This record gives sequence, C-alpha cells and structure tokens, in this order.
Amino acid sequence: MSATAKTRIVGASVPRKEGIDKLVGRAVYVDDIEREGMWYGTTVRSTIPRGRIRSITCDPRIDWSEFTVVTAANVPGKNHIQLIVADQPCLADGAVNHCDEPIVLLAHADKHKLREAAAAVRIEYEPLPAVLSIEESERQDPIIWGDDNVFKSFLLEKGNVDGVWAQAAHIVEGEYRTGAQEHLYIENNGMIAEWSANDGLTVWGSLQCPYYVHKTLKAVFDLPDEKVRVIQTETGGAFGGKEDYPSTLASHAGLLAMKSGHTIKMVYDRMEDLAATTKRHPSRIRHRTALDKDGKLLAMEIDLATDGGAYSTLSSTVLSRATLHSCGPYVCPNIRVRSRAWATNMVPYGAFRGFGAPQAIFATERHMDEIAAQIGIDPVELRRRNFLHQGDQNATEQLMREPVMLDELLDRALAQSDYYARRERFTRENANSPVKRGLGLATFYHGSGFTGSGELYLNSLAGIDVTADNKVRVMVSNTEFGQGTNTILTQIAAEALGLAFSDISMAPPDTAVIPNSGPTVASRTSMVVGRLIQRASLQLLETLRNDGGLGANASRDEFFAACDRYRTAHGEVKSLCRYEAPPGIFWDDKTYHGEAYGAYAWAVYVAQVAVDTRDYSAEVEEFWTVQEVGRVLHPVMAKGQIEGGVAQGIGYALYERVVWQNGRMANNQMTNYIMPTAADVPPIHVIFEEIPFKFGGYGAKGIGELPHDGPAPAILNAIRDATGVSFNSIPLLPEDIFAVLAAREIQEEPAIK
Amino acid sequence: MSECFPSITMRVNGESCTVNVPPMKRLLDVLREDLHLTGAKEGCGEGECGSCSVRLDGELVNSCLIPVLQAQGAEIQTVEGLAANGVLHPLQECFLACGGAQCGICTPGMLMAAAQLLERNPNPSMAEIREGLAGNLCRCTGFMRIFESVLAAATQMQSPEADKAGHAR
Amino acid sequence: MRGNCEVHELIAPGRLRGVLELLAAEPGVWTPIAGGTEIMVAHAAGRLNLPKLVSLWGIGELRFINVNADSVAIGAGATFIDVRRHAELAESLPLLAKASSWIGSIANQSRATLGGNLVNGSPAADSSPALLVYDAEIELISVRGSRRIPYCEFHTGYKSNVLAKDELVYALHMQRRFARHKQYLRKVGTRRAMAISKVALAGTALVDSGVVSEIRVAAASLAAYPARLYKTEAAVLGKPITPETIAAAREALMGEAAPIDDIRSTAEYRKRVGANLVEEFLLELGREAAQP
Repeated sequence: MSATAKTRIVGASVPRKEGIDKLVGRAVYVDDIEREGMWYGTTVRSTIPRGRIRSITCDPRIDWSEFTVVTAANVPGKNHIQLIVADQPCLADGAVNHCDEPIVLLAHADKHKLREAAAAVRIEYEPLPAVLSIEESERQDPIIWGDDNVFKSFLLEKGNVDGVWAQAAHIVEGEYRTGAQEHLYIENNGMIAEWSANDGLTVWGSLQCPYYVHKTLKAVFDLPDEKVRVIQTETGGAFGGKEDYPSTLASHAGLLAMKSGHTIKMVYDRMEDLAATTKRHPSRIRHRTALDKDGKLLAMEIDLATDGGAYSTLSSTVLSRATLHSCGPYVCPNIRVRSRAWATNMVPYGAFRGFGAPQAIFATERHMDEIAAQIGIDPVELRRRNFLHQGDQNATEQLMREPVMLDELLDRALAQSDYYARRERFTRENANSPVKRGLGLATFYHGSGFTGSGELYLNSLAGIDVTADNKVRVMVSNTEFGQGTNTILTQIAAEALGLAFSDISMAPPDTAVIPNSGPTVASRTSMVVGRLIQRASLQLLETLRNDGGLGANASRDEFFAACDRYRTAHGEVKSLCRYEAPPGIFWDDKTYHGEAYGAYAWAVYVAQVAVDTRDYSAEVEEFWTVQEVGRVLHPVMAKGQIEGGVAQGIGYALYERVVWQNGRMANNQMTNYIMPTAADVPPIHVIFEEIPFKFGGYGAKGIGELPHDGPAPAILNAIRDATGVSFNSIPLLPEDIFAVLAAREIQEEPAIK
Repeated sequence: MSECFPSITMRVNGESCTVNVPPMKRLLDVLREDLHLTGAKEGCGEGECGSCSVRLDGELVNSCLIPVLQAQGAEIQTVEGLAANGVLHPLQECFLACGGAQCGICTPGMLMAAAQLLERNPNPSMAEIREGLAGNLCRCTGFMRIFESVLAAATQMQSPEADKAGHAR
Repeated sequence: MRGNCEVHELIAPGRLRGVLELLAAEPGVWTPIAGGTEIMVAHAAGRLNLPKLVSLWGIGELRFINVNADSVAIGAGATFIDVRRHAELAESLPLLAKASSWIGSIANQSRATLGGNLVNGSPAADSSPALLVYDAEIELISVRGSRRIPYCEFHTGYKSNVLAKDELVYALHMQRRFARHKQYLRKVGTRRAMAISKVALAGTALVDSGVVSEIRVAAASLAAYPARLYKTEAAVLGKPITPETIAAAREALMGEAAPIDDIRSTAEYRKRVGANLVEEFLLELGREAAQP
C-alpha cells in the first residue's frame, strides 16, 4: 500500500476514540475505583540520601496486629525492579541510596489510621557521605555504584578529531547545563492490586507499559506469565513518568495484597509523587567545535554527562539517545562524543519526553548561536551551511536515504515568524524600551522508535481480531494516556480493512488479552506499531480472501460474513504480525555506528521572547513550529501533541525548577513547582510538512517527543538576541537573569548619588 | 458513628441529597466517595490545579478546599450535570471536535471553568478565556486546542440553534 | 489527603453575634475559617493543628460592600470576586480590583475573603499593598464593641497582628478621594496567574505645582509583613520627579526593605525589583504630571 495513496480515515480528525467518556466524567482512572473490602497502602521512605539502616522500630502505641507490614524480607522472588540492569530494589534492604527510597509498606482499611501508623515507624540510620551532583560523582570518592560510579558510558567517534584543531580557522567552546524536570501529569501515580493463590496477582493502574510491569511482577513474586495480570486504567498523563515507576508501585501494592489478603489501593498524593518518583536527567554538556573560515563544521568534540540518580533504571538508554542527538542535524566529518551517566544519591531519574534529546539539543543549539556570535556569522546562515541533506552521512555514518527538508523548513519558519523584519524592529525598539525583545531559533531532528537494534530486540507482536458480534479489536500493549494511541491505531485498522471508524475498538489494555507490542515510548507507536496494525489488517484481508471466501472490493457486510465463516472453520479470527526491520539496516552496538534510527522527524522552531528589565522576567510572546513528521495521521491530535510539547519545553526553559535540599525535593507542591498556566502560554503556530515514511504506519514517523526538543534552546537564543547576554543553563529564572543583568547595569550606569 | 456527624443537604446536578459526614470532610471527597460522582479529580489537594473544580451556587470553586459544612444548602454542578438529557453540552461537543481533551484528567474541571466563563461572558476575548481558565492546569494540550474549543462553543451557543439543544445560554 | 477530617470540629453559628459570643466565651479555642483557601491547604497537607473551627462562610453581616459619596466599607467576608464585580468600587479604588484579580485563580477568588487574606498575614498578601496606599482603616469587632485603627498598624510582625483573642476583622474602610491620584500596582510572581507574590508594590501620589504633594508606597514581600515604605516616601515627598529623586527613592527602598531568601526567590532580587518598581511608578507619575 503506497504511503502517499489517498485515504478516508487516516489523515482525518476523527473524534477521539475514548473522548466522550472523558468529557462526561465517565472515564475511570485508578482512584475512581472502589472495591468492597478494599484496604489502602502507604510507604515509609528514607529521610536521608545515603546510609545503612540500623533499625526499624514500630512504636508500640499502635496496635500493629491491625496492620499489614511489609519489608524487603517479605519479597517472595527477586527484590529488584526488572529494567535494564536490575539494581534497583523494590524495597530497601539494609541500606538506602536516596531520599524517599521505599523501606516499609503498611496497609489498613482506614486511611487515617494508616497515616498515624506510618508516622509511628521509626527508622534509625547510620548516615554515609552522599554524592549529590555530577561533579561530586566524578570525584569517585566515595564510590557509590559499581567500580567507578558510572552507570554507562559511550564513545562515539568519526573521522579524526584530534587532527583538526591545528588547522581550524575558529575554535569555539561552551558548557551547557540542564536541570531536573518533573512530569507533573495531573493524575498522580496509583495502583490497585489483588492476590489469590489460584489466580496469582492482578494489578490495575496508571501506567504506560503493561508488559514492563508484568516483567517486574513475575520476578518480584516468582510467578509464571499466566499468574500475573496487568491492566491499565485510564491514565491521566504520563510523558515517560509512568514508564518504569509503575513497576515499583505495582510491586508494592502486590506485596501488601499478598500479605494482607485484601484488595489494596495505593494512590500517591501530589507531595509524595513529586518527591519520590522519577524526573528528567540533569545534564552537563561541554562542546568544543572547530570550523573553517566559512563557518563549516570541521570537528565536534563533546563531553556529555548526565546525573542518573541512585539506580541505573533507564540511564543507559537516555544517555544513548542524548549521545546520538548531540551533534545536531549537521554535516561534520570529525566527531568525538564521550558520554557518561553518573550515579548519585539523588532520587533515580527516568524517562521524560525526549529522553536525553532535549538535553543534548539544548546544548548543541545554544552552542550554534555562540559559534555564530563568536565568528560573526548570522546564526541562520551558520545552520544553513551545515545542514544535512539527503545523501549525507550523520554522526554515526548513517546515510540519509530519505529526503531532508531542513532548508525548506527553515525558510518556512523564517517567513512565518517574519524573522528578519521583526529582529530589525526589535533592535530599534529595544534601545528605548525597558522590555527587550528578541527572536531565537533551533533546528533539530528526533529519531523515531528504539535506537539501533532496539526494535529488533523488542520483537513486537501486534494485530487485530474480530469478535463474533462484528467488532474489530486492535490488539496492542501500547496504551492511551492522552497522546492518541486509541484513535490513530483504530484509524489505521479501519482504513486498511475498508471499514468504518466506529467498527474498530481497542482490545482492553490487559496482559491477559493483548500481545506484547512493546512499550509506549520512544515515539514508536504510530510508526512501528501503526505499521504492524496496517500489515496485520492487510494480512487478515488476504487470509479471508484465500480461506474465507472474501471477494475483491468486498462490502462491510461481506467482510463480516467472511469472518463468520472463518471463525466457524478455525475457532477465532485473529491476525498478528511481528516487527520486521526495514531492509538494509545495520547497527554496531560497540562502535555506535550505523542506522541509529529508522526514521527522523525534522524541525525548525522560532521563539519570540520579551525580557523585562524591571523584573528580569523572560516571557515567550509567540512561538512558531515547522516540522516534517512523515504522514500526519490525525491533524488535530498531531497539532495537540506539538502544542503540548512546546508548552512543556517552555516550562523546561523558564519556569520549572526543582529545588533540592540535601537530595530531597523541597518544592514538592504544585504551588511551588511552577508550570505555565493558560495565562502564560504564548500563541503556538504549528505547520506540518509530510514526507511519508515507507515503513511507518500509513507513512507516519514519530511525533510525541520532537516538540520538547526545540523550545528551550530557541528561547535562550532569543534571550541572547534580546539582551546580548548568553545564558547557558536551564531553567533560567528571573533571579538568574537578574544576577547577570543587574551586575551589568551597575557597570554601565554612572553612580547616581 | 455517622449519627454524630451533622446532616448536610445539597442539590447536586439538580437532585437533592443528604450526607452525614464530618463537617471538615472536603466537598471533593463527599462528591467522589459519598455521592459516587468521580468526575471531579484530586490533582494536588492545594487548590492549584483546578481538576477538582465544580460550581457552587453558580461560582467556580476548588472543591478540595471546601469543608462540606460550608456547602449546606448549596446548589452544586459537576461535570456529570453538564450534558442535559443525554445531549452533550456545546462545550463537550466542541472539546471533542477541536481536541480539547487529551488524557482527560483536567477535563471535568476545565469544562466547569469554561461553562462558568461562557455563562457570564458569552463572547469572551482570548485574554478573557485565558484568565477564565488560568486556574485549571492542563499538562497535555498546551491549552491551544482548549482555547479553540471554547471559542467554537461560544460561537455555537450564540447561534439561533442554541436553544434547541436545551442548554441555557 | 493527609489530614483527618474526623479530628476537627467545625461549627457554623450562622450569625455574627453567635460567632462573637463563642470567641468571647472560649477565647483562643475556636479559629475562624472563612473561604478556607489557606486552612484547607494545611488540612490536606496534614499540618492543620486546629481542632476547633468556627465557620464565617455565609454570614451576610460580614459580606458587604457599601459605597457612599465619600467612603467605601468592605466587609471582611467579601470575596475577591465580590470586589471585582462591584463596578463603583472598582472605579473609585481600582488598585483593589486589580489586586483581587491577581489572587490565585477565579476559583480561589470566589472563596478567598478580604478578612482571611489579612488575618492569614502572609508577607505576600495580595490585597495589602493596595489597602496600605489607600490609607485603609481596619475595623475590628467583638462582643465588647468595635474599634477602628489604621490598617498600617494591624500587622506587628511575621504572621502576628493586633487582634485580641475574642476579635474578628469586621470591615475595611477607605475614603473615595483618589480620583486625581496617580495609582500604581504591580505584582511580580512566578507566572502570570496562580502565583504567590515574590514582590509587589503599590503607590498613590499627587503632584501639585511640579512637586509631589502626597505619596504612599507600600510593598508585599519586602518585610515580615506587608508594609508602607516610609523612607522611600520621604525621599520623594515635597520634591519634583527628577533622576535624582528617583535615585534617592531607589536607594531609600533598598535600605529600608528587609526581604528574605525563600523557596520562591531571593532577598537581593526582591530588593532590586522593588527599587525598579518604585522607579517605574515615579517615572509614570512624572510623565503624567508633565502632561498638560
């Protein structure tokens, strides 16, 4: 099926599949569920960042016989969350390595008694010196993880970096930092668990990846596949924050369910969710760049460090993506990227939309503007001279086989934002205005799907079935949490089968029903899983033609009749497909060379920022996005993804600071962790270009994470344009701008006495 | 035990109901636990996110900040009361058409805020829409689709057809 | 939800007399709760150590706005939505309406009351700077009667005020005499809505014959409680608006302001921004005075 063929349903903004339930208050989130005889669970957590647990004492003023108490000793199987390296305990056992690490679980029918009991658990520690930053970890004293505090390291090399410096016309250096960022999904983490000796463990909850949770529960409870059942409830936002954490929470609820014999509900409140769950990895990225006299890149040497927190969790894959996105959408013959994810005694960091790319792209795109300023070239022109085009090779020597539209995207973004005319006007107006305005841009790409051989490793299985009452169900483990999974996958099935959108529904996100089509991450759903659904649908049609009497150009009634005949003969109507890598893919995990990603989305973002010299605030006044994302499956939803990602990117740049006090989040309330409100977001313009990707669902590439990559560097570049001051660290708050601008004001003004 | 608690009578979505609960029980918890109206959500417990927003005597309030005793005799509308006789309110229709809801957790409160806004200001400017919704945090949409949904609903509600849907203007 | 609703008593006498008698009979035992926008946050955080509460919500005698020819009286139970919606009040005391629109969000404004905002006594209280530059008087009431004092004498320290144990705030009184005054109010928060103030500055002033004949400047978050900036006022009073007087006002503010570092901001930032805001106020004042 041609990726460019005209379509009825794909490409149309059909109503969100589960939309009505959400609009009338019928959608069921985990905390909306109450069951007869349900008990509640709570967690007693570490109050120090590192130490040995000397004792756990339950104060005798509480009647503990009423409570279920669980510690690491009660874990029937492996006391470790099964992610990449299974180093994170489900419950701390003898030692703690971060603040708010879970130690004791309690359950009771009465929430108030539960709170009192939690306060009555006294834990004595022998504190140990804690490592609270990348720099402290780099000292490698103390060693807190492995031999050297390094969770993972990469060395990506191309050409011969060392031979270039001597001949370079320009060498520019810079250091860039990004802070932790909290997902702030409006629905906190929550799980319900039930245990029986017969059926095993069943959990319901807010999550992204049912099979990730399944894998951990099997290990923690030492149960076979069929004795663990994971069911996703309607999930109120995730953004990566519910990729791995739910495995921990499900284990906790499961342990309490098993020991108490009751259904257990554990739903965090905002203070606990903010303090104890994952956030975006902070980073420190150093660039050293050589250019020729025309501003063409000769060499990029990059030192990239992330703070992974106390356990490795997803730090290696975040580092991987950061590494592979660190050289920008540019041609550069000589590259060295040395990257390391460092262990610290901070709350473990995790997945968050972009997954290392926002950090890397912030540094690269800020650095491009620094280069432009230092060598005296227009930052637009500098980028143009270095853009990748079809036929070029990127940092990993991947050939850009598909067309690359960066020049056109840039032209469009400049035109839409009236870039040069606005900048000229601002230059004039800024001279006599206390509000300084500027424009800044970022040009970037985002790789869709798992890196390198990741999709082969996932070996996703997905497809459709047709029930006896003529319902076609999409069978995937990919979940809906607002980004539109339910809608786009049912659109694809409806299109491929020639049916109505209303004929298709999603099979329940229940591991007892759905195959493992991989996690809902990495912008892979529309491209990889969408493609599987498309293939499975076509495969079913072919099967029915061969073995169900279905004719060519069959009607809807004939389709269902053929299904009936097939079901009579074979018992069920189901069509599943396994992932197949596009042809000619090669990837070397050791040298990190080859096809890093199957497809890339490309973008140019422009920010207009106003800096008010009276309160030192920076506000985004307008924002333009132009991106090439393959086929747009659902225009309204796609727009919503870009706008939502940009809003989060604005927060990342200017508002969202995590305040740490000795390894603990001190501002763990919504009143003090600041995200932009409806009054703060600027008008966001969204333009799509489409170059359908042959191996994506109906030509789609990934779109979910791309929009979080561009805003922060575009905004800080705009601030440089507005003020002439380079800020290289985010979040950039007014107090930070004040520190620099006020010092300059004192220098510039004659003393008035 | 519940005989010790005061009796609180309210009209919720047009229906009278009485609960016997501690006077400091939050209105949010009474709605969700005692009246089984789980549309209003707890996102923060601090009155910052607005996902618990309902209308009390015609005013938008954060139900997580209201001791139920203070709702004695009050007229309360929740999202469950927005559609009339199974017919979606224009705001609900427009949110569906314009992508105003993604994960949906902020949606009930957002709809309450938007309903209040349009009731008092049938033709709001963009600035007035922003202000009217500023107390409802949405982490998914970036608000643009929500603004568009509200503008579309405003247009729809002012058209001559509006009365036919049985909704108050 | 970390609070236990069962351990708190909440009663609602329903009438002002009932509340005052209760406070007189058991002074210091019952804490008044109006809109609850502060107390209920503490309740949810498990930090509400007040076992007995008496509700002021719905007491009509406290919720009023009386505007007559030369004065305004606003009941302590008036919500900020009430203030915003009162056209005459908004017209004669626009800084109050402005401040009201910056409190939290619409849902907070419909419940937060003027009295609650003042008694809560946060240094960042949104309504206070405007009240201070309007020379508001605060009326306190008990079974013993009522008394009026200048609002600027109400706060005595961080979260402490002159209320006796049996007293409630009854009303705020202001004169309607600011029609000709330059009026200024600016709040600097963490974002445009739902923001606790990092610093806020209010000002009212008159210029006659080229010199400042009257001036009030007040700030939030530049001291332990919202306060007038008397030294800053003195630097300008009786003088023309010139770069020198502006510089003197800036210096006076930087000297008398005593902000702190906290989770939201820093003392240095607050001081400097306070100075910038007073400069903005005076520049506007000077520009408008220069117009024919």
